[in-house]
Amino acid sequence: MEKEKSKFSKEHWSIIIKPQESVFNLHLKDIWQYRDLLVLFVKRDFVAQYKQTILGPLWNIIQPVLTTCMFLLLFGKIANIPTDGIQPVLFYLSGITIWNFFSTCLTNTSNTFVANASIFGKVYFPRLVMPLSVVLSNIIRFAIQFCLLLAAMIYYAFNGYPIEISILWLWIPLLILLIAGLGFGLGIIVSSLTTKYRDLTVLMTFIVQLLLYVTPIGYPVSYLSHGKYKWIIELNPLSGVIEVFRYILFHKGTLYLSGLWYDVIFMFITLFLGLIIFNRIERSFMDTV
Amino acid sequence: MSDIVIKAENLYKQYKLGEVSTGTLVHDVNRWWYLVRGKEDPYSKIGEENDRAKTGNSQYVWALNDISFDVRKGEVIGIIGRNGAGKSTLLKILSRTTSPTKGVIKVKGRIASLLEVGTGFHPDLSGRENIFLNGAILGMGKNEIKKKFDEIVDFAGIERYVNTPVKRYSSGMYVRLAFAVAAHLEPEILIVDEVLAVGDAEFQKKCLGKMKDVSANEGRTILFVSHNLSAIETLCDKGIVLNKGKMHFAGPVSETILSYLNLNNTSKAASYAGDGIIKEAKIFNEDNIITYNSPVQISVRFDSKVKIKNLVLGIVIKDIFDSAIIAINNKHYIDTKLHDEEVDKGIISVQFPNLNLLPGNYSINLFLGDSATDIEKVENAIFFTVEDSSFTKTANALDYRLNKTFIETVYWDYKK
Repeated sequence: MEKEKSKFSKEHWSIIIKPQESVFNLHLKDIWQYRDLLVLFVKRDFVAQYKQTILGPLWNIIQPVLTTCMFLLLFGKIANIPTDGIQPVLFYLSGITIWNFFSTCLTNTSNTFVANASIFGKVYFPRLVMPLSVVLSNIIRFAIQFCLLLAAMIYYAFNGYPIEISILWLWIPLLILLIAGLGFGLGIIVSSLTTKYRDLTVLMTFIVQLLLYVTPIGYPVSYLSHGKYKWIIELNPLSGVIEVFRYILFHKGTLYLSGLWYDVIFMFITLFLGLIIFNRIERSFMDTV
Repeated sequence: MSDIVIKAENLYKQYKLGEVSTGTLVHDVNRWWYLVRGKEDPYSKIGEENDRAKTGNSQYVWALNDISFDVRKGEVIGIIGRNGAGKSTLLKILSRTTSPTKGVIKVKGRIASLLEVGTGFHPDLSGRENIFLNGAILGMGKNEIKKKFDEIVDFAGIERYVNTPVKRYSSGMYVRLAFAVAAHLEPEILIVDEVLAVGDAEFQKKCLGKMKDVSANEGRTILFVSHNLSAIETLCDKGIVLNKGKMHFAGPVSETILSYLNLNNTSKAASYAGDGIIKEAKIFNEDNIITYNSPVQISVRFDSKVKIKNLVLGIVIKDIFDSAIIAINNKHYIDTKLHDEEVDKGIISVQFPNLNLLPGNYSINLFLGDSATDIEKVENAIFFTVEDSSFTKTANALDYRLNKTFIETVYWDYKK
């Protein structure tokens, strides 16, 4: 009898489906098991996006080039805003590259649940795989655009503009992770909150548009540093990253470290909150989506 | 009992009806307030029975209401129930696409669901790419898929299209490919939900064969949901009937099907009592047990306000799939004592000295009328079972799934 009891208690169940689990159980082991799926989702994103297009991945380059031209015209020629002594094309292009990365991370992860309801409704896999794959494929897109930026820098270097590669460049991957974390964290918060109430989806599209204007892309932080509206830039978690990114690349402008620290803290808080909310919502979102 | 692979304990699932609106927000805030104070969810008490046809008072219904069952390794379980009985909800919980409101399911091994096949297929990707993607979604590793790739393509029979985007496939090919991936997944537990509705007859046969093979030879467990009762009967060993979110019956498959069919009728007894012209009807014999070729009597008591001339009583005996096996009335026989008489009440009985129905479950429709029209008919008035007995007089029993009748007098011969 005693023996039987101990055997019973030892019984091994591989899956236990319960109403509510601890929100801190992130199933990281599951995600690792599904790493092949992560890679395939990234591949699918790419292949599917450029199927039946003539220019294919070239679109990744055309978009920032055109935007840079627009910024040159608007902020450079018309508004005549200084660029902290950085070559204007490089100034705008570097800002746009970062901005594109952040905004695509944010908008693409923010509809994780709603856009994938049909898949999520049929099979189980760790839901985090989906937004993670979005971030990964955006990192690849960022890499392509970063190459464009490098190409532009090389071009200007040959034309006599001083560019030097320094040890500071090693910080760039960390900045990328910081931005990815910001976009991902905010994105999954929005995606979790939109499963039941769609109000945020409406809000999202123009919030991102508005955010562009209060991010130092067309102007440096120093341009506003004495103005009345400095606080807007200071509140924006992207300001620090973009400024520091430019400082590392061009050795000009301001090393806006306090802004960077603010960004790091902001990222960890959003990431933490995002994971908790996402984890709570993913178990039952099919009923409310 | 270590061979139990699925154990469901007191499973509940609540759904809210109606639209998501500001009203929902009020409920959400209220629920959150209860939670903060450490109290139970106020809305979990007010759920109603899930009867889709009736208007209820509560916005909340129980799609699953106290469901408990065990599934052992290698069993093929058929889950049946009318639309809205909770079958899909149960499968959704099992496949972890939603979580229960209360209760626990414990599972041993990998579950793969064919809830709807072709999950995650991207129309722009080729068959090859989709096999990998779909396989990965279902939980296979890359190497595992590589190993089985040829087999999958072969099973689906789409060699020629393997590099074509799946949006160019015919819908049948699409399903074939999707099923092929899932069938080669080798999960310990496979959930199959109505996938066989599409695909041609040849492919359906292939799928059923594969499922049988998988459970019999590889010892895997299958949960099969279908409205196709004959598929359930051929494939499954056991069944579960869900009705309005509640567990109605669980047991051997033939009894399960009978219990499901009984659900659709108000009368469930082996006798009938009504308030029409037919007052009572029953099927019986002396031993109280009906076996193959045993003497059986059906008697019907009727009471009519008007006299009926040339009364006709029709008896239709049907198998569990609702197809008639025997359909007779007294006009088929000479000495029924009812010809050319006017009657208003009485008992008509008919004796079958040897009713040669094979063991199984049957139901009876009764028709009462005059020679021109039916005055009253009672569908599924009586349900009865022909018990198993060794009537072949050899040690070998007939396969009742293949035989609809048994021809007793045949002459075998052997020459050298």
